[in-house]
Formats: sequence, structure tokens, C-alpha cells
Amino acid sequence: MAWEIVVGIETHAQLATKSKIFSGASTAFGAPPNTQASAVDIALPGVLPVLNGRVVELAIRFGLAIGATIAPRSVFARKNYFYPDLPKGYQISQYELPVVQGGSLDIVLPEGAKTIRITRAHLEEDAGKSLHEDFHGMSGIDLNRAGTPLLEIVTEPDLRGAKEAVAYARALHALVRWIEICDGNMQEGSFRCDANVSVRKAGDDRLGTRCEIKNLNSFRFMEKAIEFEARRQIGVLEDGGSIVQETRLYDPDRDETRSMRSKEDAQDYRYFPDPDLLPLVISEAEIERVRAGMPELPAAKSERFIAEFGATSYEASLLTATKATSDFFEECLARLLEINPARLGMTGTGLADAKRMYGSALGKGILNLLAAQLNRDGIEIEQSRVLPKDFAHIHARLIDQTLSAKAAQELFRVVWDMPPAATVDIDFIIQEKNLGQISDLGAIERIVDEVLAGNAKQVEDYRAGKDKAFNSLVGQVMKQSKGKANPAQVNEVLRRKLKG
Amino acid sequence: MSLTLEQVQRIAHLARIAVSPEEIHGVMERLNRVLVLIDQLQAVDTTGIEPMAHALDAETGVVQRRRADAVTEPDRRAVFQACAPAAEAGLYLVPKVIE
Repeated sequence: MAWEIVVGIETHAQLATKSKIFSGASTAFGAPPNTQASAVDIALPGVLPVLNGRVVELAIRFGLAIGATIAPRSVFARKNYFYPDLPKGYQISQYELPVVQGGSLDIVLPEGAKTIRITRAHLEEDAGKSLHEDFHGMSGIDLNRAGTPLLEIVTEPDLRGAKEAVAYARALHALVRWIEICDGNMQEGSFRCDANVSVRKAGDDRLGTRCEIKNLNSFRFMEKAIEFEARRQIGVLEDGGSIVQETRLYDPDRDETRSMRSKEDAQDYRYFPDPDLLPLVISEAEIERVRAGMPELPAAKSERFIAEFGATSYEASLLTATKATSDFFEECLARLLEINPARLGMTGTGLADAKRMYGSALGKGILNLLAAQLNRDGIEIEQSRVLPKDFAHIHARLIDQTLSAKAAQELFRVVWDMPPAATVDIDFIIQEKNLGQISDLGAIERIVDEVLAGNAKQVEDYRAGKDKAFNSLVGQVMKQSKGKANPAQVNEVLRRKLKG
Repeated sequence: MSLTLEQVQRIAHLARIAVSPEEIHGVMERLNRVLVLIDQLQAVDTTGIEPMAHALDAETGVVQRRRADAVTEPDRRAVFQACAPAAEAGLYLVPKVIE
């Protein structure tokens, strides 16, 4: 029996503001407990919330980035429940009329692109934190986080399985950082995902009963939790049971999900419009002002890379996976075009042509050489030990044939292993480490002559029509030159001499 | 419309209000008297009228004000915690709750 796994994701993205959504207390992470909890945040009697304007701007940015409708009028509502880290007894959220409505996000999968529909994104305040250990049988409450602005982003159940869910979460994570509305720090809880998971028989149109999995604070956990939960649900159904709608918690130590609360005591949040806050009105003019300040979005940049450099759509998607990656690439390219244009053979060539010529190869260099090294060291491109200017310089010496591909890789590793603050002079290192390839025609001709003289058999074979003999001769020349001869020149000289 | 006894018990639980068995019938009666007023409101024909989310919504032209994103609140933990029933290590202490 084939089962289909259906997933929808809810993400709480902490908006990058200095102050809270309804008070002037700081949102900085890591302060001593309750030192950033104002009278509004701890819900002292008589206080009133006042909306942080920046929060609205950031929500509009997100809406524009996913092609959503920005609601001209949206309404704050009270979500009522009791928990000690929620001092008012309700959370200010948005319910019937959220600020961002509709829209979509494209994800790239090995088998192609897929569009994931976004249902809505609404503004709300975060709760505080409960510490359950070690206070003589009592719980400790830290309200520094209470009132931190969140954008809750909800998808339609468009995702099929754990891999797609993770691809979506990564794409969303990259986007919120790209448009600088959220720092994306998952360890500090700035980007938190819950997954609604259900299963159904392949071909069935109706959705199965879903369970909501909480506590997915890394992409790896998200994948494992969804996989576990889907297996669990399939197991229950195949044994003739039925799924109970409930909230489940993922336990990474035991790699399982377990029931947190079931439908019986499912909260009735009794939402109603918050009388302390008026409807949020956003004008067309304000939306246009925000639009004018938007950076080029990953999808647009990706299309541009394809058009300008002839990158494949897969390469383009990798180069625009994060803003840092595309920044690295674009800075490299700008540097590459600056470095000794005459030696790069760029005189008389238009900038667009030069970009086309070098962009694609440079992109591949970043995706292969650099990405592999980052992967090995387990670090992000922001922490690359080879800076864009040096990466561009190495690449420039590859293009002008000072370096062979192999020597370029060696040079890259040399630079990578240099102390962080060291001054890097690429041309000096090439000389010092003797990495340059031999492109001196006379020198290559001498080696070729020697090889031809010492390999009469292969010369005869080649002239008798055996092409393989040619490769063997190239190999001999390269070996003789200790791998330093320029292969293109070796080919050319050999063919010329063999003809004669 | 009127509320059943079970509904009143459920609402009381959701609002964390302890209503004793002796009180519950009285509470139900009083709530149902309020609902009679609601029924009268419901009887008004509101076809074509845009629902309001606030008494100052829409046509009054009054909309939600916004403040600049600036930190204006200093740390007043000591003052606030002076009136808390229990605090320790900067934390407010509450009866233990674990979900």
C-alpha cells in the first residue's frame, strides 16, 4: 500500500526590531532575567499596548517577497489561554484578518521546482520563558521574551514528505534573512517551525487526520521528526487504528514524537478583537514605499544569473541559496573584472560579455571548490577563510593560464590554511610555491622534442592512426614537466610536431 | 439561544473561575439573561453593513497609531519584583507547571 505524507508548516519568525511589538523594552537576546520586561510586558494593570511601526514595515516586506496581498485593514485579536509565562492571560495575535494574506514560495528539489502556497502570515507577540528546574518545587518565569514581535507564517498542506518540508523551511529561512526581517538564529529561537503531519493513501483527495509536531529547532530534527511521525501514523492505520488529532513533541535524544496534549483538552482560545488596539490600516502608498526599499529577491537574482552568465537553473538556485552566497559570488565577479583586465584578455570586450565569459566558470568554482571546503570544515560561507578578493584573484590566474586547474586548487588550499589575519598576495604565493604552469613556448617545445625522441613507438602508432598514442605522449610531456606544462599548449605543439 | 449547564461549567474552567455546585445554576441563569439581550441585538437586520472590529473602526477615520522602533523602557525589575509574591535569581516564582 502506497502512502502519501502530507505536511504543512507553521513558522514563528522573530522580527528584527530593537524594541518589542507593543512596548519600548529591548528585544536583545541573553539579558539577565526580567531586566527587559516592562510594565506592558508583565501586564501590570492600567497599561496599554502601542504598536511598533517597524514591525508593520517588516511584515509588508515579507508579504511583498512572497507575492501576497497586504491587507489594507487587519485586526489584532486576543488569543485567550492561561500559562504563567503569558502574564495577561491572552496573547495579542491576529485571527480573522491577518496582515499578510496568500502568496507563495518556490522551493527547488532535485526533481525540479515546486510552488508552496502560503495561507497567511500574521503579527503576534511572543510569550515568556518558564524554567522548571530547581526552585524548591516552583517554576521560575523570565518575561524578557514576552512581547517580542513574531511573524507567524502558515503554509497550505502542499508539502509531500520530510524532504520537501525541509526544503521549504530552508527556503523560508534564507528568504527572511535575505530581506532582513529576521536574523534566522535557530539556537536563540528566532526561527521556530511546527509541522502538521498527516498521511493518506496515494490518490486519495481527502486529507487524513493531522498531528502537530512541536520543538523542531533544527532542519535535521525536522526531517527526522516528520519521518518518525509519518511512520507512526502509517503503523497505526495499517494496524486498523485511527489517528487522534493532537499536539506531539519531538524528542531528539530518543528520535521519537510523543503526545503533548490531545484534542479532548484542545484549547478553545475564544479569540476576539482586542479593544486596546485599533485596526491596522496600511495604505497603497506605504506599500509602495516599502517596495522601493526591497533588495533584489533570490528568484529574480537567480533568473538574472541564468540570463547573464548562462548558469543552469540548479547552479543559480545554489548561488542564491543565501544572501551571503550570492554576495560572495557577486563580489568575486566584480573583483575578477577589476584584476588586470588586460591579462584577462578583456580589452575591447564589453562588460556584459566579460561577465558571461567568467561568471559561469566562477560560479562553478564557488559551488565546487569553495562549497566542498566549507562542507569539510562545517562552516558557512560568511566564515570562508578565502576572501572573495583572493578567490577572484586565484580564478583570474586560472583564466589567464598562469595556473593549471590542479595548481589553482592547491593554491586555494594554501590560502585557506593561512592564519586568519595574514596578508594574502596571490601572485607572490604562486612564485614562492612555484605553482605557475609553464606557458613558455620554447620550453614546452624542448620537452616535446625530448619526449618524441624517446618514444619512437608511440609516434609511429599515432601516425598509423592510433589516437590513443597521442594521449600517452601528452602524459609523458606532462610528467616530464612535473605537471606544470600548459596542457593546451602541449596539445598544440605535439600535434604540430607530429604532423611535420 | 441559551447555555446549558455543561457549557457554563466549560466556560468557567476555560476562564479558571471556580464556580461551586451551589452557585452554578445562578450563574447559568444570569448568563442566559445576558444572552436574551444578545438575541435582541441579533434580531436587527444588518445586511450590507460592514462588521466593525472596534468602536472607532473604519468610518470614524481613527486608525492604529504606531510608535518608532526605539528602546525607551529602562530596567525596572527591582521595583516590579518588590510586589511579586515570590522572586528569586531575577525570576518570578510560580507554582510548578509542566505541560
